[in-house]
Amino acid sequence: MSKDYKDNLPISREEFIAQLRRYQKGSITRRHFLGVTGLGMASAVMAGAVPGLRPRKAWSAGDIGDRVVLATWPNYHDPANFEKFTEMTGAYVQVNVFGSNEEMLAKLQAGGSGWDVFVPTNYTITTYVGEDLIEPLDLSKLSNYDAAAFDPRFSDAGTVNGTLYAVPKNWGTTGYVINTAHSGGMTPTTWKEFWDMTKAEFSGRTMVHDYQLTTIGNALKYFGYSFNSVDPKELADAEKLLLDVKPHLYAINSDYQPPLRNGDAWMSMCWTGDGKQLNNDMPEMRYVLGREGGEIWSDYYAVPRGAEHRAAGYALIDFLLDPAVNAKEVLAHGYPVADSRTNALLPKELLEDPILYPAQELLDALEFGAAATLTDPNRAELLARFKSA
Amino acid sequence: MKGTWINRALLAPATLWLLGMLVLPLIVVIVFSFGERGAAGGYVPAFTLAQYANLPARLTAFKNTLIMAPLGTLAALVVAYPLAYYLAVRVSPRWRTLLLILVIVPFWTSILIRTYAWIFILGGRGLPLLLDMVGIADVRLMNTSFAVLVGIVYGYLPLMVFPIYVSLEKLDKRLLEASSDLGALPFATFRQVTLPLSLPGVATGCMLVFILLMGEFLIPALLGGGKVFFVGNALVDLFLQSRNWAYGSAVAATLVVIMLITVSLYMRLAMRRAGQRDDVSLF
Repeated sequence: MSKDYKDNLPISREEFIAQLRRYQKGSITRRHFLGVTGLGMASAVMAGAVPGLRPRKAWSAGDIGDRVVLATWPNYHDPANFEKFTEMTGAYVQVNVFGSNEEMLAKLQAGGSGWDVFVPTNYTITTYVGEDLIEPLDLSKLSNYDAAAFDPRFSDAGTVNGTLYAVPKNWGTTGYVINTAHSGGMTPTTWKEFWDMTKAEFSGRTMVHDYQLTTIGNALKYFGYSFNSVDPKELADAEKLLLDVKPHLYAINSDYQPPLRNGDAWMSMCWTGDGKQLNNDMPEMRYVLGREGGEIWSDYYAVPRGAEHRAAGYALIDFLLDPAVNAKEVLAHGYPVADSRTNALLPKELLEDPILYPAQELLDALEFGAAATLTDPNRAELLARFKSA
Repeated sequence: MKGTWINRALLAPATLWLLGMLVLPLIVVIVFSFGERGAAGGYVPAFTLAQYANLPARLTAFKNTLIMAPLGTLAALVVAYPLAYYLAVRVSPRWRTLLLILVIVPFWTSILIRTYAWIFILGGRGLPLLLDMVGIADVRLMNTSFAVLVGIVYGYLPLMVFPIYVSLEKLDKRLLEASSDLGALPFATFRQVTLPLSLPGVATGCMLVFILLMGEFLIPALLGGGKVFFVGNALVDLFLQSRNWAYGSAVAATLVVIMLITVSLYMRLAMRRAGQRDDVSLF
């Protein structure tokens, strides 16, 4: 894809004066003026003017409508980037937040979700393809996607039967976060401790996800079983543990940051970025990967079948894949990316942060979720039983 | 009969609405409840009673709902009655409008936002912190039945206040004078005149709140933290997580049946208590 060299040049003198006139006449807003002239760049979150943040002809030319609907996970974006996107394209980003892939799948299966972009996790994509709920991606509309820049481990789930359905957003792990101010400074290292402490000194202070994959998976880890097990006997053991623990839980909820921050909860199952965000603000919050293993995952951007604002959806994915934008996303949410171009823009200490990049022996024990785990009816029913117990 | 077609024309929109929005969906739910779950979720046509046989797996949710709904209704009544009485009987007309507006205004705000506010009030930085300051340490309010009850009373208060207010407002003040002329003390007047005459409003308010509480899921989800679980929450999970439409439909159909039974029993009771008065009604 060839680009005009002028695209990367600062605004020309004539163009600047023209825009200034328009602004003076009141035909464009101050925000728009600052945006197109690059004057607003100084107030951008990252230091230095980033060429990628300047509006491009590709977006300014075509009208993509007034909105784009995104289904995503909690605490997973930099709101400033969405504002930037709206400023550049005129499309407002409407965000729907979910707590589990099951919920996303259920909404799409029921039809009429109204989404233009959603963020499925690696192990769900084959199911979406099988159910015909997802569209193959048109790469000509994603100029910022460079397959070669991505670590295949975190991008290959996007391709099913040789067709590209999804492009990588972030990858990460599922561990737990513990407020060490309440454990006498001790940081546990295993899932066994997580569950045992919940039944004892952390009673009434622990949270688990409202999500069968991780809540059941990490209960299975207590016994050393596979995170993805669908074996009836092993699931029965996990269920017994969950029912034992239930009276000791503070809550069953995938949005665990607020209670951890206000001191109501002291420990919770946790994804990489939340662990990073919490640890940034409260150093006593430690992120732990159970030594027995657990989950490693990667999330993707995808377009649901029959997206209403398709052009806006593509524009949003392309915008977020821009390494400069993506780097700002990472700085905001603390989830690692598998994109070498983005990593080149990130500070060294973030690339060496043990929360984002755990030790190899801990990573080696982790498993990617499996499609069979998502669609297994017994696991779904087990979590529902646990919640209504 | 003259004018029949006018009557029919007048009834048509409501009839169509009821058919399309209530009867048809209910038929779908009942049909689905005899089906099965598909491999990746959803619904597969079948004719089996398996879903109904599995109902005991949601026993706790039914139990919670059947305890919390009447309890919440009663709590709302205890809070609402004195307020309605004050508004209808005690307050000067000059203030009445303003106070009535104050009762209504919160009702114009989304229940979601109003319930979310309680998360801050009941959470660690809210009431428990205040209690801690006065020496009552380690109080846990969030994710308890108490929190859900508070949310229910707060959320449904206007629905309880207004029917009672209306029935008290219609009260003929001369009856109260007569009662005290005949030597009744204020409390006796209240017990023998005011309360019986306001019963229709109480019956209506309780009915409205009770029916809505039977299907409630938002308040327990936000203030119960997945630990105080209503049938409504079970349904959300069955449709949105397990994607088990057949079982979800069976649970929903069962809830509807339970509601029909409890409501009709209640109506009969209320009618009898109100001495067959014809203004005890939901409509």
